[in-house]
Amino acid sequence: MKYTPTVGEILQAKGVSRRGFLKYCATTASLLALPPSMIPRIAEAIENARRPSVIWLSFQECTGCTESLTRSASPTVEGLIFDAISLDYHHTLQAAAGEQAEAARHAAMEENDGNYLVLVDGSIPMGNPGYSTIAGISNYDMLMDTVKGAAAVVAIGSCAAFGGLPGANPNPTGAVAVQDLVKDKPVINVPGCPPIPMVMTAVLTQFLTFGKIPDLDKHGRPLAFFGNTIHDRCYRRPFYEQGKFAESFDDEGAKAGWCLYKLGCKGPTTYNACATVKWNSGTSFPIESGHPCLGCSEPRFWDKGGFYQPLSTGHFGSGATVAGAAAAGVALGVVAAAAGRRRQNKFTKEA
Amino acid sequence: MSQGDEIPVQVEAMHGNVRPILNEVMHALDKLLEAGITTTIDLASLPFAPGELDELEATFGKGELSAKLDALGTSRIRETTYPGVWWIEHRNAHDEVVGRYLEVTRLPDILSSQDADIMAGRARLGEQFE
Repeated sequence: MKYTPTVGEILQAKGVSRRGFLKYCATTASLLALPPSMIPRIAEAIENARRPSVIWLSFQECTGCTESLTRSASPTVEGLIFDAISLDYHHTLQAAAGEQAEAARHAAMEENDGNYLVLVDGSIPMGNPGYSTIAGISNYDMLMDTVKGAAAVVAIGSCAAFGGLPGANPNPTGAVAVQDLVKDKPVINVPGCPPIPMVMTAVLTQFLTFGKIPDLDKHGRPLAFFGNTIHDRCYRRPFYEQGKFAESFDDEGAKAGWCLYKLGCKGPTTYNACATVKWNSGTSFPIESGHPCLGCSEPRFWDKGGFYQPLSTGHFGSGATVAGAAAAGVALGVVAAAAGRRRQNKFTKEA
Repeated sequence: MSQGDEIPVQVEAMHGNVRPILNEVMHALDKLLEAGITTTIDLASLPFAPGELDELEATFGKGELSAKLDALGTSRIRETTYPGVWWIEHRNAHDEVVGRYLEVTRLPDILSSQDADIMAGRARLGEQFE
């Protein structure tokens, strides 16, 4: 069996100083929503972690998830993570094609049996295997064959996590999610259309650092990123509490940055980290740009009424859900901060 | 075509996050003085409204000491006008902010020379002169 270097050895070979490494660990703790007191533990774990093999399968998808990850404009930290994994198979990124590519997948599976990670983007068509094939292999057969020796499976994007656009009504290909098929391996869902790149890399880092899957919610999403609603962490929430709403995209309320609830914002029922992690290197997120949240990280979000219908008139949730969300947090971030601290405390105690 | 900053959007001022952080820092200073306990506040985890982070930075201001670290991009470590309170900003190689912290301590750890680096430096020196 070939020697697998530790991440510490890889970083050392790249000339990364201890100070640089500590900086990397501090950023990682921040990514994982862990308290800064965990930085020494993270440093020790990452230093000694072995470079894991990753096989990335793309099925019924638009490549938006890969674009999100590879176009994220913060290559240093995320780049280090990808230096620290061995991406052994990825249709879009690998140079090999056809039989050579499939041979690479099988070689990675054999060499790392029981220890490799499988990342999947796209849903799996069950209506007719011919709807989507790779090297003449149906998506279903490739998925089930590849996950056999995997340590865990990460469903990247809403298509892999929940069926996504291919699974939207009338679902012509009979698209299903990874978790509908894989029952004997841990499945981590990282939904979003696309998911936030830092969330994708943070999930990989967490596995790399602690060798276990993160705490998940009822939809299989990591609680560190999907534990609060967009509304919980939205900087416009005080306007919601004050009853100040934009009524159209060009009225005085919109110009003043008031709450977008009446313009169809799905923030109150959508769990994701956009409001804090943000997009485009932390520049902003849709609500900050004046557009309501579409709820893209929630199951079946395509089929839950119009994007511009307020929640109270759409099918996203009942009025009681929204009223409950409003009552739960009177001041900006109070509930969210408390929940975050609870999670941090829990993690610190477990560590 | 208009530039983004030419669009006449006036965001109504809100100051929901600055005051709680000032309170937290005040308590952290008490802990530092009484028990030597250091505190780090990860500013990336807080939902700041536009302008609030600038307001927070301006409130703390610039103190007597600042340092620049060049490791995986630039980091700026600056003591604020409140001794013992440090504003730390990590940037990547593309000069984008990847982490921002308030550290309440006598000296941030990252400023100290690290044993691993000292040993590597000692070895280099040895190769050159021994």
